[in-house]
Amino acid sequence: MPRLSYAAPTSVPDAIKLLAGAAGLAKVMSGGTDLLVQLRSGRTSPELIVDTKKIPGIVGIRETESGFVIGAATSGAEIGEHAGLCAAYPGIVEATNLIGSTQVQGRASLAGNLCNASPAADSVPAVIASRGVAIVVGPNGQRSVPVEQIVTAPGRTSLAKGEFILEFHLPKPKAHQSDAYLRFIPRTEMDIAVVGCGVSVTLDDNGVCIDARVVLGAVAPTQVVVEAGAKALIGSKLDEAALAALDAAARAACNPINDKRGTIDFRVKVAGVMARRTAAIAFERAGAR
Amino acid sequence: MNFVANKSDLKVVGTRPVRPDGMDKVTGKAQFGADLTLAGTLVGKIKRSPHAHARIVAIDTSKALAIPGVKSVITAADIPDIPSEEAFVGEGPTNFRDQSLNCIARDKVLYEGHAVAAVAATSSAIADAALAAIEVTYEVLPHVIDVEAAMAEDAPILFEGMITQGVDPKPTKASNIVKKVAFGHGDWQAGMAEADVVVEGKYDTAAVHQAYIEPHACIASVNPDGQTTIFASSQGQFMIRQYTAKILGMDIADIRVTPAEIGGGFGGKTIVYIEPLAVAMSRQAGRPVKIVMTRDEVFRASGPTSGGTIEVKIGAKKDGTITGAYAMVKLQAGAFPGSPVAPACMCAFAMYDLKNVMAEGYDVVSNRAKVAAYRAPGAPISTFAVESVMDELAIKLGMDPIDLRMKNAAKQGTKASYGPVFPVIGFEEVLEAAKAHPHWTAPLGPNQGRGVATGFWFNIGGESSASVFVNEDGSVSVVSGSPDIGGSRASMAMMAAEVLGIPYEKVRPIIGDTAQIGITGVTGGSRVTFATGMATTQAAERAVDELKKRAAMIWDISPDAVDWKDGEAVPAGANAGGFDPLPLAAIALKAAKTGGPINAEVSINAQGAGAAFGAHIADVEVDPETGFVKILRYTAVQDVGRAIHPSYVEGQIQGGATQGIGWALNEEYIYDKNGRMDNAGFLDYRVPVASDLPMIEAVLVEVPNPRHPFGVRGVGEVPIIPPMAAIGNAIKAATGMRLVSLPMSPPKVRAAFDAAKG
Repeated sequence: MPRLSYAAPTSVPDAIKLLAGAAGLAKVMSGGTDLLVQLRSGRTSPELIVDTKKIPGIVGIRETESGFVIGAATSGAEIGEHAGLCAAYPGIVEATNLIGSTQVQGRASLAGNLCNASPAADSVPAVIASRGVAIVVGPNGQRSVPVEQIVTAPGRTSLAKGEFILEFHLPKPKAHQSDAYLRFIPRTEMDIAVVGCGVSVTLDDNGVCIDARVVLGAVAPTQVVVEAGAKALIGSKLDEAALAALDAAARAACNPINDKRGTIDFRVKVAGVMARRTAAIAFERAGAR
Repeated sequence: MNFVANKSDLKVVGTRPVRPDGMDKVTGKAQFGADLTLAGTLVGKIKRSPHAHARIVAIDTSKALAIPGVKSVITAADIPDIPSEEAFVGEGPTNFRDQSLNCIARDKVLYEGHAVAAVAATSSAIADAALAAIEVTYEVLPHVIDVEAAMAEDAPILFEGMITQGVDPKPTKASNIVKKVAFGHGDWQAGMAEADVVVEGKYDTAAVHQAYIEPHACIASVNPDGQTTIFASSQGQFMIRQYTAKILGMDIADIRVTPAEIGGGFGGKTIVYIEPLAVAMSRQAGRPVKIVMTRDEVFRASGPTSGGTIEVKIGAKKDGTITGAYAMVKLQAGAFPGSPVAPACMCAFAMYDLKNVMAEGYDVVSNRAKVAAYRAPGAPISTFAVESVMDELAIKLGMDPIDLRMKNAAKQGTKASYGPVFPVIGFEEVLEAAKAHPHWTAPLGPNQGRGVATGFWFNIGGESSASVFVNEDGSVSVVSGSPDIGGSRASMAMMAAEVLGIPYEKVRPIIGDTAQIGITGVTGGSRVTFATGMATTQAAERAVDELKKRAAMIWDISPDAVDWKDGEAVPAGANAGGFDPLPLAAIALKAAKTGGPINAEVSINAQGAGAAFGAHIADVEVDPETGFVKILRYTAVQDVGRAIHPSYVEGQIQGGATQGIGWALNEEYIYDKNGRMDNAGFLDYRVPVASDLPMIEAVLVEVPNPRHPFGVRGVGEVPIIPPMAAIGNAIKAATGMRLVSLPMSPPKVRAAFDAAKG
């Protein structure tokens, strides 16, 4: 009969020790909103679950000189209630708050959404678009990893045995910088992105875009940073030509599969649509700041 | 006694009291199928086929049986190999042998998820280990999923002996076509020749699941002497008793089935899947066995309703008069015969008064889960096509779509397309109410469109039993045999209170188990408020007669000289004597002295169900870039006969419309190339969520059914019939595009836009 152990360490070293010392599969649990479902469905059968929520500082949001620190296990509900973060990164907040239901929001975390490594994760494109950095701790110490380098394939991350994410750092937003996230789902909520798109833009005083990041989700094995999409936006005030170029760039960046959630053709076309619509919201927000 | 009371005379019927089961449900005390556990209960689980079609070469259960804690392992070898025998137990004709083979496969598995073995163990983990330890050797066979592919000459055959019935000459070769049906009158081809305009189209629909929130669940306990108790969630405790007895070769009297609260059924809980297995294992283990299906099992192995293809052709004169109508309906039955192709054909054109009409259909088996009844079985499928073609006809004729329907509407005296002549019906009243509703003329914005569609359902009567017990304090207990899936307990109490002339709160309704009340058919077909309501009303009338007799005894006058008024016995007139009224409670208190307890039980086979019609208006907004269809406004007009409890009638209409909207927009069974279902969960089988829908406005039209004491027609089925066409017609109005394939999901709508652009 398979056995499952559960531990809730109260310090980073203890957590690392447990994870690194596990003989079989060990899973890090933040909110558990993906992990528990996978356990029940039999998709994963770990030997050990390490619940990180008792580690001091891993739940909560701090505003610092250089920006924001979001604890890895901070729930979506707390993120949605943080006025400073909502003002600075409305795209990240709206993306995070789209995950699951109101009940799920009470538990679901950024680290969990990222490390579940689904191409369709909602918060991930938004965090990448705003150049979020994950602080990874493990047996070999601490390292800072741009969030786009965490997921390597569906269900796989670049984290080594014994490593887990402690927190996320977001830079202090510049003047006229803002972000947005949109996803396409066949319903209005309680669903998984068929296409997700995060866009961050910075404008000059005249409303011309001077910096941009465009990130797509659910259209390739991992989230895709659309460099050509950013180029299409930089130097523009989001005119028709820029939107058309962005649409084309987004479509070109897709590498989706046909599956029950959408065809290749549909995903590619909708990626262009979502990129345009998300960029328009990000521009409007940045202009208003 | 047949009467349809004037609405103004009614004191309880037509009001909206609190439901008697409400407190249990909102406090979580209600006992659903999985909620009962007896001492020593074992966990029962089912081993299912991973293949869509395969021969079972061997099943080795020895390793599973050797696991400590495993108390029973069964296969088809442990239950009788019963002969083919027609059954009419649930909501449609079926066959006891098919039901047995669907519960557990014998020689072949016919769909992915088909049960091949079952285990009972002391824990869930041990049961899982036992399932994994059962070794099944399969010889995998070619499979076929779609209906037209299953009808093809070279299709893999599910049943070697299946010769299509209903075709002349009788075929000599086996096929997957179970039977052909045909309904109609006149000469439809001559009707087409008379037409100024002919519109035709081919439509298809996907298999969709009833998606009740509560999975199938039961607990069974067998004594060494064979006496068996079952507690289960279903639409009919007598249905479970009959199937279980037949499948296991038991005496019906040895089985007592107690109905659990039911967390939705919609027709899907009118056949058995797990109860015979639980009983067989309890018999082996000598302990109670509980089986609770997972959602995955519910999707893969319990009945969805059919998908199919429907070809429709309608011809009309320039003034809109329909001269001829034809439909060809091909429905998936799943792995065993029994798609709702007959009602699909019967309902297709029943809204209209037609001289020349024909609907033909094929019942076709394929390697899918056996279909089960789902709200107005078959009608939504054929009606989607017919009402889409009617919309095209209205466009072609330049006519208002409600006017076109009014021009051809069935009315009292119309010979229905499926045979009988309609008595009093309310279709014209429904169309008038739809046209007069402010929704029909409200303004629309860009990318928005409005559609209308109608639907018909017979409603049914059938066997029902009810008892009325007058308690010694004047309160009243009502027992019926009908599981309550739509608020029927409240309706039974209300009808009894109305007849007895006492407040609703003085009447407590319960649902009896199979040993407490007479045989009662399943809750389905929109029959309970009509048929069980009729039994309840008659039982209450008999109680009133008895109460009058007792009053006569107390007063020492003839029973004929006693009237019953507002819950009291009163002298019928001045000649009867000058007695003070005797309230029900006063008579009840003296019951022992006047002859004993005052009770009445009535068992009937109710006749005279009233057909019902609905018309739905849907407004949609279509996103041309993503294909997303948003429902902006939705109005459902329906002839309900008489609403006993209007809130539950509205709830039925809103629920039916919601399921129809899901059917229209997103719900579908998706299979991979191996014939395995790819979306067996609520994440990728998308029922509508609350935020997908506007408030659905239910408009109750009341054209009473003269055959029911209060005019009830039955309301549960009609509202699921019009939504698919109403939404398709609205999309057409918004975009100019005719979607012919369900679901009208975003990828399909976007592809239609792309195709239209060329």
